[in-house]
Amino acid sequence: MLRRKEICVCAGSGGVGKTTTSAAVALGMAQRGKKVIVLTIDPAKRLANSLGLPELGNEERQVPIDTGDGELWAMMLDAKRTFDDLVEWHAPDEQTRDAVLNNRIYQELSNAVAGSQEYMAMEKLHELHNEGRYDLLVLDTPPTRNALDFLDAPKRLSRFIDSRSLQFFTSGGLFGVKVFSRGTGVIFSMLKRLTGVDLLQDLSEFFQSFGDMASGFRERANRVTDLLADSRTTFLLVTSPRYDAVDEAVFFHHRLKDAGMPFGAAVVNRMHELPAKGNGVAGEVEALLGPGLGRKVASNLEDYRRLAERDQLSLEALRKRLGRKPMIEVPDMEQDIHDLEGLTRMGQYLF
Amino acid sequence: MSSVLDKRLVFVTGKGGTGKTTVTAALGLIAARQGKRVMVCEVAEQSRIPNLFGLDGAGFEEVELAKDLWAISVDPDHAREEWLRFQLHSGAMAGLLNSSRIFSYLAAAAPGLSELVTVGKVWELAQLERKKTKASPYDVVIVDAPATGHGVAMLRAPKTFRDATRVGPIASQANHIHTFLADPKQTAVVAVALAEDMPVNETLDLGGRLEEEMGQHLQAIVVNALYPERFSGAEAETIAAANGKPSPAARAAIDAALSEHERARAQRSQLRRLKRDADAPVTTLPFLFEPEIGAEQVEALSHDLERRL
Repeated sequence: MLRRKEICVCAGSGGVGKTTTSAAVALGMAQRGKKVIVLTIDPAKRLANSLGLPELGNEERQVPIDTGDGELWAMMLDAKRTFDDLVEWHAPDEQTRDAVLNNRIYQELSNAVAGSQEYMAMEKLHELHNEGRYDLLVLDTPPTRNALDFLDAPKRLSRFIDSRSLQFFTSGGLFGVKVFSRGTGVIFSMLKRLTGVDLLQDLSEFFQSFGDMASGFRERANRVTDLLADSRTTFLLVTSPRYDAVDEAVFFHHRLKDAGMPFGAAVVNRMHELPAKGNGVAGEVEALLGPGLGRKVASNLEDYRRLAERDQLSLEALRKRLGRKPMIEVPDMEQDIHDLEGLTRMGQYLF
Repeated sequence: MSSVLDKRLVFVTGKGGTGKTTVTAALGLIAARQGKRVMVCEVAEQSRIPNLFGLDGAGFEEVELAKDLWAISVDPDHAREEWLRFQLHSGAMAGLLNSSRIFSYLAAAAPGLSELVTVGKVWELAQLERKKTKASPYDVVIVDAPATGHGVAMLRAPKTFRDATRVGPIASQANHIHTFLADPKQTAVVAVALAEDMPVNETLDLGGRLEEEMGQHLQAIVVNALYPERFSGAEAETIAAANGKPSPAARAAIDAALSEHERARAQRSQLRRLKRDADAPVTTLPFLFEPEIGAEQVEALSHDLERRL
């Protein structure tokens, strides 16, 4: 499935094992002789955790592990720094660059805002892919409630810097000659009432300096979108057999299809496997372990079977909705996976 | 923990998939039983709590799920429009501005605006003097907030906007909301976790971030889906040492018992770690061996939670 792929995006709702799956995919491919990097934008150290590293920074770091010819690298993307780098890259001159970097609106927004992170992840992905230093890039997408936010991120950014939005602020200058049409004038006065003059001035400065860079940004955002839809990219849809996670996975699959993104496979984590059936199990274990303990063991099995049956139903539902797409089941493991050994164990089911 | 429900606003957050929605609903039931008028609030176009009660999803309207238990789903579009209406004191002007291209670009340009207007609406719901005309106040508003990272981003959105805008009407309003959210007497943050390595790390991390970014702290932690300790260590040894030739089905029973024991033990050690390192009181809820969580299960969990408070 990953043959001839250069980018693997792991997506899904929160708590289904996305980060662990990303790390296991990356490790598995490294063990197959590839030079792989796994990227996360999640500051919660989940990826570092599962790779057994104390932490990850904005630099590419090699995971110290013997994978033969392959190499495993990891990196946590710093959205703010990526954004700054982009501004630096696109700014026509130092003055513009500094004007943007020092603008308060820019500083606050590039720093704190959840939406810009998704885009910056895509952007960094694009950059690393362009440099071509790795055989495979694996992206662990952020745990948004709406797992698809990041798909729209490049489009959102390019819409925002679309020249038409800038005209309002740049044509004639906000505080210069009044060249607004009547309609625009009304909108403007309402905005002023909302934001106050100061904020509007800041916004105006921001847009004016950003305006020079708009076309560069737009072009890049388009290229990022193209890259996601490219046949060298594949999306792994990570889910668990819980009914709400399955619902989201189905929804996600539709969105991928609508957006023309290449769907690779669904990975269903934490499956309870159906235990073997047999008559008189209760009697047998009671005979084996004594009546008290035997009864407990038998009732534990019944509870387990209920979970396994639920998982099978969920899986069936998912299979029906996904059509003939590959589905990979990973059993629920007793121990949390938070080291390379655990990832290798998980990899046995993935590859 | 019971004091959590004496706040005006309760933010329920935590790692994805830990059961925030279920815990929010259970807390809502507890507060309603205490005689409070309660609002449970979902955000970001989610509306799963009414489904738990066998009802259709709620929209931006306040609907009553059960006696004294109300629900709403706050989506950014409606929240933004309502906010504009309050600001401009005119529905017509708000509509005009909201549908103007310039404004939609600006709204997109300020990606944190969705979080700001959402948390602004949540704040409005929690005010004794509602801005919304003819709306009655609630004793407590419980929010099924986004997962940790986005949850914190939402909580600190007013602070972000206050700092970005410095002066002017948005700044003073954002400051007003931030003050309320950052005040532990008014607003409580509750984390839902699982007794596993990563959720425990994330919960501990959340505590630090709240302190650092908001001057807030976690007031309670609910560890959800804790496996029962069915077997003692000695019993597990007996099971592992079982002699004879069990049938495949009996073998499966033995394996399931041992793996269950292992899991329960691993969870206990994570729970101990969380209790040791967290600054907030930790409460647990049992794992439910049910195919689906519905009204009956939430009701049972709420009694369980209430007893442990």
